[in-house]
Parts: sequence; C-alpha cells; structure tokens
Amino acid sequence: MPLAKRIIPCLDVDHGKVVKCINFLNPKQAGDPVEMAQRYSDDGADELVFLDITASHEKRDIMRKYVEGVARAINIPFTVGGGIRNVSDARLVLCSGADKVSVNTAAVENPKLITELADVFGRQCVVTAIDAKRNRTPSEDKIMVGTAEGKVWFEVVTYGGRKPTGKDAIAWALEAERLGAGEFLVTSMDRDGTKDGYDIELTRTISERVNVPVIASGGAGIPKHLFDVFTEGKADAALAASIFHYNQYPVPVVKDYLRKMGVTIRT
Amino acid sequence: MPNAVIFDYGVGNLLSLKTALEKAGLTTIIGTAAKDLAKADAIALPGVGSFTAAASKLGAVKETLQAKVNGGTPLLGICLGLQLFFESSEEGPGEGLAFFEGRNVQLPSTVKVPHMGWNTLNIVQANELFDGVAEGTYVYFVHSLYPVPKDKSIIITTTEYGTTFTSAVASRNIYGTQFHPEKSGDMGIRILKNFARTVKR
Repeated sequence: MPLAKRIIPCLDVDHGKVVKCINFLNPKQAGDPVEMAQRYSDDGADELVFLDITASHEKRDIMRKYVEGVARAINIPFTVGGGIRNVSDARLVLCSGADKVSVNTAAVENPKLITELADVFGRQCVVTAIDAKRNRTPSEDKIMVGTAEGKVWFEVVTYGGRKPTGKDAIAWALEAERLGAGEFLVTSMDRDGTKDGYDIELTRTISERVNVPVIASGGAGIPKHLFDVFTEGKADAALAASIFHYNQYPVPVVKDYLRKMGVTIRT
Repeated sequence: MPNAVIFDYGVGNLLSLKTALEKAGLTTIIGTAAKDLAKADAIALPGVGSFTAAASKLGAVKETLQAKVNGGTPLLGICLGLQLFFESSEEGPGEGLAFFEGRNVQLPSTVKVPHMGWNTLNIVQANELFDGVAEGTYVYFVHSLYPVPKDKSIIITTTEYGTTFTSAVASRNIYGTQFHPEKSGDMGIRILKNFARTVKR
C-alpha cells in the first residue's frame, strides 16, 4: 500500500476559541480547541491545522495554553500557524507540543526565516503556507499556467489575502524548498470560501515541481472536490474547514467516499 | 508505576511522547544526564533532532546507557532514536550507539522527501511490541532517512515508500520504530502499552 492521502480539518482560533469549523450539533462543545481536536481525531482526521488569528499582546500565553491542551488530548500530528515571525515564536509553539509550525507572510517578507527554522527544528517541522491568487496579466518573468480561463500566473498574496506582492507563487515555492521548507500549504484565494472546489492547476503545478509534500487548501465544498485535488491536482493532503460544518460531510463520510473511489486513505 | 526516562537532545517537542507514554502506563522523567538514566526503569530516545547533534549529546552518557541496556533495561528508540541504535548516518557525521551493525541512508529521490504521513506496516516476524497490531496497520511517519541493519533477523516490520525499508526492529530489550507511535492514534498507544508491559515484567 502506498502512503495514504491525508484529510486535514482546519480550525481557526481567536483568543483561544475556535471561531470556524464549528459543529453546531453540539453547541456546548463548540469553540473549545481541545474538545474539537479530540472529536476530529476520534472521527479519523489524519492531522489537524490550527490557524491563530489572535491579534493581541497576550497571544503567546493564550497559544501556549491551548497548544499544550491539544497535545495532551490527541495523538495525531498537528500544525500551528498564524503570526509566527521568528525562531522564538516557533519554539514556543513546538515546545508546547505542536509537531509543525506554518509560516506565511513573515517568510515572504524574510525568506531566511525558513532556513533559520529548518536549521533549529528540522525541515519536517516547517510548513510554508502560500496564499495565491490568479493573475491574468501576461508577464514574461512569471510562470504562465494554462487553465480553463486561459493562461494565468499565480501571485503570492500576504496579510490574509489583503496584500498582492507581485511575487510568483510557483517560483516562491521552489525558492522556499531550497531554503528548507519541509511541506507546503497552498491556499487558493480565488477559491477560498466559495465551495467551488480546489484550484487544481495551482496545486498540481506546485506539487509537480517540488519534492516535498503539498497540502491543498481553499474551495472544498463536497467530497468530490477532495478526490479531484488528490487525483488531478496531485495533492498529498487536503485541508478543509467549512465542509465539516453542521456534520454535513463528517470526516468518516469523506474518507469512505474517497476509499470507494480508489484513493488510498488511512483506515 | 515504573518510570521511563525520555532522553532530551535539547530540541523541540517531547510533550507528545511524554503524554503518550503516560497513557501507556508509565511515569515519565525528562533527562539529559547519566544520573537520570541510572535510575530509569525504561529509557526512550525520542525522534526530534539531527543525528549529529543527538549523537554528540548522547556521547556523554553512552557508557551509562550501554550498561543499563546490557543490564536488561528496556529501551525504545523512535525515528531518530532508532537511527541512533546503528553506527552512522548519511545525514551527517557522528557515532551512533552501535547496538546494531549498520547505517542510516537517505530515502530515494524518486519519492517526495520527507516521507510524511500515514503508511502501513508489513509484519515480517512476531514480536511482543506488536501484540494486537495487525498486518497493514497505518502508523505515522516523518523522516528522510532509514536504517539498514546488517543483521536482518532484528527486522520486525517493513514499509514501502520508494523502496522497502525497515520500519521497526527488536532484539532482546531493545526496540525501535521508524514511525512515531506517539502520533499514531490508538494503534500507537497500543504499541507503547506493549512496550510498557516489558518494563513491568
């Protein structure tokens, strides 16, 4: 059997509470990162990602507390991202029990950060998150990719999609891999929140060019979208948030579907 | 309750292993010194760090560790911890503990490295560490190298990823897994409980 494709629920955390991915069937449990991590783990999630959106000076203390709680509660791997800007931020999260950190804007602004993190913690701990948006303006110094809507290039956007950088996402992935990235979390800002499916061309182009695992993100609305990104998109893992809302498509339902479709999935 | 001393090479996440060993029924002590190892009922070498740095940290306690293990104290090496059972590594310079002859080599470049995620175990011979663990069980891997034991009789499981590699070894009271039982869900805890049972004996 080959390596299984991973299903990764994503939880957005603000001030120590989960603010997305909330399962409304049990409102008493909704919002607590430790309990939700436990539930996703019991459901057969292969891994979890926490994205911390807290913007306050108590952030480090809040993070330490719930990351430790999650590490004690579950024994599947989990990644923590959001506002990790230096080795000291990463150390706090990893020493509190997280397996990996993800860096995004801070790495775009200071690519050396990836090398510093890889040197201290090993590259397997360093997930480089890339938020990318299609750009239809032809450009000679960009990697143009054929899509249903014609040739596009993928532009890196930072600050949660607010700031276009002019940087080519494919080229950035190759650079980040050289610098020490152990994995990529590639989010399509065109698809994020649309439930229209992952950006297959974006995922495939990066996955074919790098030699480390790629997690696809942004756009999952139905289980078939995960099938598409694993097969056509060549993703190693698929991250999703809202698809797991309301128990509409719980993790076991998604995994059963993928298994029936012939995808290698952990039992 | 018997204790397990988790040797700290000084990098990263030991909390997951600590918690998982506690779930398996052992108390845990995180230690770096020979005196910590001297009082151990069991010893765990965790899987976070680099071969060169860890081999250098272990250098100072090598004799104590070898004496304890030769005296029958159960030893569990996870990922890098397993790789340290051998003599050397393509990852970098440094001398391993040399419990077994052999070295650690890079995964082939035909597959994505690190080998990261859930993959299956082929059980090649029965061992108490895998009591109740079925052929084809999924466990969690994160690694770029794997050990090549000279003595094939110590190989307990293998796994396929670009090649067929040794994913667990055992010999007497020395157990090693290339995967992370502390990250492998319920089956991982089962394996750690099996290890803990050898400690209580």
